[in-house]
Amino acid sequence: MNWGSWQNFVAMGGYGLYVWGAYVVTLVALIAEILTLVMRRRGVIKRLAQYYAARRRNHESEA
Amino acid sequence: MAMSKSRRFSLYYFSSPQSFYPLAGAMQPWFAALAVLLCAAGLYIGFFVAPTDAQQGEAYRIIFIHVGAAWMSMFLYLVMGFWSGVGLVLNTRLSSMVATALAPTGALFTFIALWTGSFWGKPTWGTWWAWDARMTSELILLFLYVGFMALQAAIDDQRRADKAGAVLALVGVINIPIIYFSVKWWSTLHQGASVSLTSAPTMAKTMLLGMLIMALGFWMYSIAATLARVRCVILERERHTEWVEAEIGRQT
Repeated sequence: MNWGSWQNFVAMGGYGLYVWGAYVVTLVALIAEILTLVMRRRGVIKRLAQYYAARRRNHESEA
Repeated sequence: MAMSKSRRFSLYYFSSPQSFYPLAGAMQPWFAALAVLLCAAGLYIGFFVAPTDAQQGEAYRIIFIHVGAAWMSMFLYLVMGFWSGVGLVLNTRLSSMVATALAPTGALFTFIALWTGSFWGKPTWGTWWAWDARMTSELILLFLYVGFMALQAAIDDQRRADKAGAVLALVGVINIPIIYFSVKWWSTLHQGASVSLTSAPTMAKTMLLGMLIMALGFWMYSIAATLARVRCVILERERHTEWVEAEIGRQT
């Protein structure tokens, strides 16, 4: 498929709104999931590190 | 001691969260890389090799994401139902964790299938949405995924949450054949399958190739995302174990 020009590619034969509306939302959704996963991992590690630190402090104050 | 050594090398070795966690971490980047490569190749074929459709013009190019997303939405539900069932029957914690980790990605692909279907339906059928059998059952699939996640989140006791989620997931499996055969059972707006297991595909070879490669890319993406999520779930649920404490110590 040779689109000839950038404008033709964006226009998608008059269906640009539909084609790009579908593709852009899909891309955004996938990127959002990836970012959510990265943040979740960081959050879990941070929260658990605080949890273990608090537990160690408790043990020390009991001892 | 000899017995524990032989156990180490059996398949069951990886059914423990502690041994699966590093395995998932080692596999995840490879599936992510495969996903990127396959999606890039699929998009290249979809936009620069596949010809314009004689009837639908360029609007048909939405199918390169729509079909793969719809397949994954159904397939991931079956996988989720399978691991839920295994967790329910064998009481294996890792199975339930995998089911939990699959749900958000499944819901995401269900949303993408619905959204892209809508953006394809408007120019080709003249409507964003219709209460046709295929679309309605796919919407129910989205509710099943969301219901599964909400139910698990609402129950504090992890074992009970797993069991309740598993029952919901298994009952919902009935919806998958309904989605798949809906276009055969009810002659409604959504067209029949262009690709099926029993007959030759009814589309140009390059279109089919682009669609299949994109579907494969989504599959690899789903595995990568699920592995990344199950690692988080394992850390959260196994936080009382020494190995997770050691792992967190290494990460901070």
